[in-house]
Amino acid sequence: MDLNPSAADRAFREEVRSFVHSSLPASIRDKMLNQKKVSREDTVCWHKILYAHGWGAPSWPVEYGGTGWTAMQRLIFDDECALAGAPRLIPFGHNMVAPVIMKFGNQWQKERFLPRILAMDECWCQGYSEPGSGSDLASLTTTAVRVRDAEGDHYLVNGQKTWTTLAHWADWIFCLVRTSKEGKQQAGISFLLINMRTPGVTVRPILNMHDIHHVNEVFLDNVKVPSENLVGEENQGWTYAKYLLGHERSGFAQIGFHKRELQRVKDIARQEMSHGKPLFDDPRFRAKIAQLEIRLQALEIMGLKLIWDQEQGKPPGPDASIVKIFSTDLMQAIGELAVEAAGPYAQPYQPEAQYLDFAGEFAGPPYTSGLAATHFDNHKYTIFAGSNEIQRNIISKMILGL
Amino acid sequence: MDFNFTQEQTLLADSLRRYLAKSYSLPARRQAIAAAGGFSAEHWQAYADMGVLALNVPEAHGGLAAGPGGNPLDTLVVMREFGRGLVVEPLWMSAVVCANVIGLSGSDTQQSALLPALADGSEVFALGALEPGGRYDFNHVATTATASGDGFKLSGRKAVVLHGAQAEHLIVSARVSGKVADATGVALFVVERNAPGLRAFDYATVDGLRAAEITLDGVVVPQSAMLADETHGTAVLERTIQLAGAALCAEALGIVEALTDTTNEYLKTRKQFGVPIGKFQALQHRVADMLVCVEQVRAMAYFAAAKVSLEDGEARRNAIAAARASVAEASRFVGKNAVQLHGGMGVADELIVSHYVKRLTMLNQTFGDYEHHLAQYAEAMTA
Repeated sequence: MDLNPSAADRAFREEVRSFVHSSLPASIRDKMLNQKKVSREDTVCWHKILYAHGWGAPSWPVEYGGTGWTAMQRLIFDDECALAGAPRLIPFGHNMVAPVIMKFGNQWQKERFLPRILAMDECWCQGYSEPGSGSDLASLTTTAVRVRDAEGDHYLVNGQKTWTTLAHWADWIFCLVRTSKEGKQQAGISFLLINMRTPGVTVRPILNMHDIHHVNEVFLDNVKVPSENLVGEENQGWTYAKYLLGHERSGFAQIGFHKRELQRVKDIARQEMSHGKPLFDDPRFRAKIAQLEIRLQALEIMGLKLIWDQEQGKPPGPDASIVKIFSTDLMQAIGELAVEAAGPYAQPYQPEAQYLDFAGEFAGPPYTSGLAATHFDNHKYTIFAGSNEIQRNIISKMILGL
Repeated sequence: MDFNFTQEQTLLADSLRRYLAKSYSLPARRQAIAAAGGFSAEHWQAYADMGVLALNVPEAHGGLAAGPGGNPLDTLVVMREFGRGLVVEPLWMSAVVCANVIGLSGSDTQQSALLPALADGSEVFALGALEPGGRYDFNHVATTATASGDGFKLSGRKAVVLHGAQAEHLIVSARVSGKVADATGVALFVVERNAPGLRAFDYATVDGLRAAEITLDGVVVPQSAMLADETHGTAVLERTIQLAGAALCAEALGIVEALTDTTNEYLKTRKQFGVPIGKFQALQHRVADMLVCVEQVRAMAYFAAAKVSLEDGEARRNAIAAARASVAEASRFVGKNAVQLHGGMGVADELIVSHYVKRLTMLNQTFGDYEHHLAQYAEAMTA
């Protein structure tokens, strides 16, 4: 066993750091580091910069244009990107639908979709949840009926998806649809790729509790989807969906992101004064930061082990659920502490200040203005991608055999 | 990066696990506790035969270690099995703590005089580093060492010295200069347990071990008994306590794994309302959370073993403090929920659960507890 970075790893960290520093546009960096709104253009721009450098898909194998990096290199890359203020890459294409297409898609699908995901020419979103199907995902009722007529061979899709993150940015949506009502619920689900520009697709925003627009409702009314957009076999979609969820969850360690947010707490605590000295020098507050930094250290090892296991050929499974629970709880705890650090100035509500070009007057220190929004938005982490209660169900069933 | 253990480590762990599963049942453990000295000479010899007492002893002095400090990963696999086996024999104190004190500080002559008997198990060693009123501060040394003839005269008291009355040799810290809590001026001495002026008040600990209050009343030792002089004592102690701490994290890992296994097994067999209680989601989620804690302990036990050999003293200190705080935090959750999920049986003496929980609680209070390590980490934390 060896958990210490090698000389090559340290050199790689330097390489990533210097690349990110020289390539990340300052306007994007400033938005990220100051909790300002990041646009689709910002995210795509950063992605294309990575792509041009050959780093468009850190988690993909080389044969598909990925980097083929080791677990340690991926961790280092995420670390350096997050700490430098790079936007998070949109996971739906790279980390979610792409592994499914690689494993279950046909040659045409691989050639049609993967290069555009790699180059970020097309943005994806995930059509899983429905109004009546959240944790009980397999009960989904969006239907796809196969029709062969004069216009060709296609599916006619009807239904509604919800909580669809970044649907308003997406060119494509991968959808779980019901193609059969026979047998078990899980046995009648198919995995369909739908172009968001198809007639009948409507996106309506859902604002979160702090006026942030990340998620949407997606209505599908008589949407005609070419049958070539079916991944794998009809009615086998549940298998692919679960495979995808494993990949989704293994992306949940988010070490670099945590480190950046914890650094934000420290930065605030150094600037906020309490009883005449920096809050950071209050032993009680400092111990709270220390507790989270130590948990983050544990998460780093857990996350590394998860990626390392995958490199050894172990498919992502219930271990990822453990990391998801640990990581999302930590993420919320860090956000909570940031709000606590801000003291009374956590209270002012100035949504206009979330734009980098805001030129108005801040009620308090500018660094406090985005904290509440982030904290309230963080509540989603223990709910999405399988609520943490669903993760506990998975652990008790798959690992403990209960 | 690599999470695999070597083949030798895996084989050693397997043979230890098989031995302990076969020979170290709860009744066998009770017998060991009741034996003279509070541990089983027979098991002790078996560990010696397997080589586990020699892992932290340099090859030149009858051991298996390439150098001082041993291989912390070897120690990890052994301590994890000893945790699972809930072993009461003084492996940790003698073969990890004292082997390292001697290996890190002793001259060649001292090492060759002391270590072969430690490595083959024929003699037991114990370290007295903490004192009444000093909690976990090993710089808090009121025990004095004053020059006397060719050697020193030692006076003072050492607190909760595990296996202190059973050890043939005690290693004690004593102040040669400075004030009680100064970070310098502390030397380390080997004292024979039957030395005139040494009194050991022997008692049982709540987790099945033995410990002693060691009183030194003008104990005279020769110059050759000094392992580390006053310029090195503190550094040796600090390094030793870090190695000992990493080993305790590994022992905790063995215990929390075993507690989760046994709890899970209980949920599958115990029936209420006509079904195994493991069918109830409230209990499933509790044991799932225990498993999350087990992974936290595993991560930090590995982390401690990986970082305890770092040359950078500050990084090493922070890493061990982080690991021990984290292990203590997660251990507490596993321990109390293992009891809770066993219901009434959890508080009974009859099952191993309560014995695991007692050991887990006390090991997280040995050489520093959660608050101690959290404060240590927090003070040094970079802004």
